[in-house]
Amino acid sequence: MPEPGPIVGTSPIRKEGLAKVTGRAQYVDDITLPGMWYGATVRSTIARGCITSIAYDPAIDWSQFTIVTAADIPGENTIIHLTKDHPCLASENINHPAEPILLLAHPDKNVLHAAVEAVHVTYEDFPGVFTIEDSETGAAGDTSKVVWDHRGHGGSPNTFKTFLMQKGDDPLADSALQAAFQSADFIVEGEYRTGAQEHLYIENNGVIAEAFRAPNGSLDSITVSGSMQCPYYLVHALELVFNLPAEKCRVIQTETGGAFGGKEDFPSVIGSHAALLAMKSGHPVKICYDRAEDLIATTKRHPSRTRHRTAVSRDGKLLAGEIEVAIDGGAYATLSAVVLSRATIHAPGPYHWPHLTVRAKAMATNIAPHGAFRGFGAPQSLFALERHMDKIAKAVGLTPEELRRRNFLATGDHTATGQHLTDPVDMQGLLTRALHESNYHAKRAEFDRTNLTSTIKRGIGFAAFMHGSGFTGSGERRLNSLVKIKITPEGRPCILVSSTEFGQGTNTILSQVCAQTLRIPYDEVLVAQPDTAIVPNSGPTVASRTAMIVGKLVERASESVLATLGLPPHSAPLLSSRSAAEGSASPLDEPSNYTADQFRTTADQFRTTAVAYLAAHGSLTAEARYEAPNNIFWDDDQYKGDAYPTYAWAVYVAEVTVDTLTYIAEVKNFHALQDVGKVIHPILAKGQIEGGVAQGIGYALYEKCVYVDGLMRNNQMTNYIMPTSADLPPIHVHFEETPSIHGPQGAKGIGELPMDGPAPAILNAIEHATGIAFTEIPLLPEDIFERMSCTPVGSNEVGGTEDFKPAIDHDTRVEANA
Amino acid sequence: MRSNVADFTLIAPPTLNATLEILACDSSLYTPIAGGTELMVALSANRLAQKNFLSIKHLTELRFIDATPDAITIGSGTTFTDIRRHAVIATDLPLLNQAASWTGSIANQNRGTLGGNIVNASPAADSPPALLAYDATVTLVSATGTRTIPYRDFHLGYKKTVLRPDELLYSIKIKRNFGGYITYTRKVGTRNAQAISKVALACLALLDNGVVRDIRIGAASLHETPIRCTATEQSILNQPSTPSTIAAARAALATEVRPIDDIRSTAKYRAAVAASLLEEFLRTLSG
Repeated sequence: MPEPGPIVGTSPIRKEGLAKVTGRAQYVDDITLPGMWYGATVRSTIARGCITSIAYDPAIDWSQFTIVTAADIPGENTIIHLTKDHPCLASENINHPAEPILLLAHPDKNVLHAAVEAVHVTYEDFPGVFTIEDSETGAAGDTSKVVWDHRGHGGSPNTFKTFLMQKGDDPLADSALQAAFQSADFIVEGEYRTGAQEHLYIENNGVIAEAFRAPNGSLDSITVSGSMQCPYYLVHALELVFNLPAEKCRVIQTETGGAFGGKEDFPSVIGSHAALLAMKSGHPVKICYDRAEDLIATTKRHPSRTRHRTAVSRDGKLLAGEIEVAIDGGAYATLSAVVLSRATIHAPGPYHWPHLTVRAKAMATNIAPHGAFRGFGAPQSLFALERHMDKIAKAVGLTPEELRRRNFLATGDHTATGQHLTDPVDMQGLLTRALHESNYHAKRAEFDRTNLTSTIKRGIGFAAFMHGSGFTGSGERRLNSLVKIKITPEGRPCILVSSTEFGQGTNTILSQVCAQTLRIPYDEVLVAQPDTAIVPNSGPTVASRTAMIVGKLVERASESVLATLGLPPHSAPLLSSRSAAEGSASPLDEPSNYTADQFRTTADQFRTTAVAYLAAHGSLTAEARYEAPNNIFWDDDQYKGDAYPTYAWAVYVAEVTVDTLTYIAEVKNFHALQDVGKVIHPILAKGQIEGGVAQGIGYALYEKCVYVDGLMRNNQMTNYIMPTSADLPPIHVHFEETPSIHGPQGAKGIGELPMDGPAPAILNAIEHATGIAFTEIPLLPEDIFERMSCTPVGSNEVGGTEDFKPAIDHDTRVEANA
Repeated sequence: MRSNVADFTLIAPPTLNATLEILACDSSLYTPIAGGTELMVALSANRLAQKNFLSIKHLTELRFIDATPDAITIGSGTTFTDIRRHAVIATDLPLLNQAASWTGSIANQNRGTLGGNIVNASPAADSPPALLAYDATVTLVSATGTRTIPYRDFHLGYKKTVLRPDELLYSIKIKRNFGGYITYTRKVGTRNAQAISKVALACLALLDNGVVRDIRIGAASLHETPIRCTATEQSILNQPSTPSTIAAARAALATEVRPIDDIRSTAKYRAAVAASLLEEFLRTLSG
């Protein structure tokens, strides 16, 4: 037996790492099934209208193809998420560009593109709605601009969902808030906007579907394998599309090359499509999008507009706030209501608000549906808040640091939803450490001095924020997640979960938790491929919930295995608050209660005991189901209570340069400090933070979806500009570890957290460098140029990147016959 | 991949002569392809109008760098990696070395060729401003003979060049007489690497007692072709680089650039940044 691997708090190699680096890992496009055909999608060329005819070009021999339309759907023509407004295939109305209308399959994938082009669809064209403002006009009564029919789906015209979140139980809360505004020394208002963002997972969306028939020829079952985050979401979608029971809809996750939320809701669409083609053709059917199709047709981050109106006292105390959050949900409801919920709850940030009202709404437009993306609403509303806090500081005459210090939430305080913060919260300490690590004060003074003469202006800024771990509100109760551990005939534990690995480390950290609890080497633990025929529903792999919620269930199931085998329970190491060294696996991180020899002993002992148990009883499967802590309560109607079991807290510091010759802003240094409970795997945790910061830098300064009539026109990696390593600064990752009772060994969620802080920290730094308070991202050099050179502050004149002409590209031949 | 590769043909004649013979017979039939780093982007997007290709990637006759005491001659099939690795180019032609390093990714530099960069005729290409500043000449070859012309006369308009369908670009020649020159080049792209330029300048100047005795300014993404900014040069020639010269040069530049709004940037941003880069260059001449 090899030397026992390190366990929780150390960095063993990833479970699937060797297969990935040696090229053995099978992604969906590597897999070919016997007799497999290939599928393609005919999409709308307009944003809004009605289909008037569909004609098939006689130049193509259509008898070779399988053609699926909405009429072929055996069940309901819907992609189910929260409601049934989203058709699987458009049959009559078109609500966004690139909407799927018809599906084709053929044994030779090379002929598909020409066939797609040879399906001629004509339309009656209606004017589209492409902005939150236009959608609001429809919501306000202009029926020509109503693009979403709310009937039967909740909501109201053009409005998928609204939330009203009010601090306090007093029925007079509103008048108390107004009174606070009346007596305030300052009232500070601001409007902030964020753009759409593409996930840019390395592997595009792709699936292979099979349909099986009963002896009488009727459809018996469906199996879909592919790249995804949430196999059971797809099971649910297939149940409706095929009118089959859940056990007849089998979903298998294949190795997944990145997701970031982009494979949370969308696989329900592509998975249903491939399954329809498989059903009709009688062949397995693979659909893998190319990058251009993935970019125009799949989900993006919700664009947002957030307005703040804040009452502040002369000494910098927040007295009252009114926040309006509006997000653009695109053409269908999909997950917009839950994205909006997270945006709403994170809008007040880590601050104490005596009086607060947040009004939030998700609006419909004729753009492909926006969906889940790392952060899930929080980056949008936290961008607004953390820019606004700097604006308030300026108005009151305090430093950004001092303003925040006077308003931070602390242990024992209540959040805006009334959640009592019983876990330790130390934003003051985090801010002190982050500013110290980044040498903030000295740099601020230095830049103030050197900027007077330099053409390159430097700035430093920060953002303070938090991210709720796990599903919002009563979500975890409803999910009712289940985890199993099955003992193999060799006496090894195999973890059975639907929680998926897509680069973030699910397999590895769950194995660490299991190994630590069973006191066996990490290498002894197996993880089953997520296959809904085998694994229980441990919930979707989203919402920063896997380490904390599923990890805790793995810990409990492992304890149950020990109990069944009559082995002594694991004595958890004493939980204590301390700082971890930056990304390192120091000897201090080794589990201190067992030596390597003792690990080996317990591994042998475990196997022997397990095999003996199997001989006596036949099998051993332990399970653990989520049990909501009885002190957690959430009221969905009042929007009050414990919004999340716990939060990860953070302060990020960005250092920027703005070149006054080129108007290019670059991030030159970055410090990310967060309290994440317990770092399970230092290398993976550091990687999560670095990757999130890089994605946040892209969100702030590079990545702009350029739409024309609702269609993304820069749908290639040559013109959707994500930062490369040459654009990224050193990213210094620092952790504090204040354990939470909700996660294994005290761990909280970190997956989404690093997406929330970079954008406001960077724009705060740019304001320091230039003196200009930018309020919108992405902020490109053309936008900075507009403000520094031409357009007076406060002017309504649009310019900068608004003037991009995406149909013109003189560099490439692509535009030549576009 | 939106194109069906079965719709395309590719032939690869063994020698340059054989290639030129085929082009002489029916030049309308084939499009020469070297590294393919431009054409493959169009293929992937199903926007490649040409269907028949003639590969010249393997022709060793086109891949050489010949340095004599007087000049450096570069075969059109020379890759950007070849250029970056060449010691004499690094010392004598820093503008070209720098441009090669800015071109695409490392993989692009391994495949992409200097000749392809020129004949593709993108106004945003990385190497033309340097070649214009160095006053390169280009030699074109066909089955019926060769001709050598100044590179500055090569581009006729947007994606139009003097190259006949039966001709190939054979080589690019640059004189080695820039020893005393001050060099300046800067590319402003969409990001720091793997980017297409929004604006780029490549400049050379020779000073004599603080007076500009020779000046060459090549520019990308400011016109429908790569350009030499001759009016700007004239405004600086025989002047010391003073604030008034700089102001005159900025004004002259505005008269000869024709930037556009496109998918990457705006006309006014390009014009403003071009003027800023020009000023940055001229300030280095002020001593």
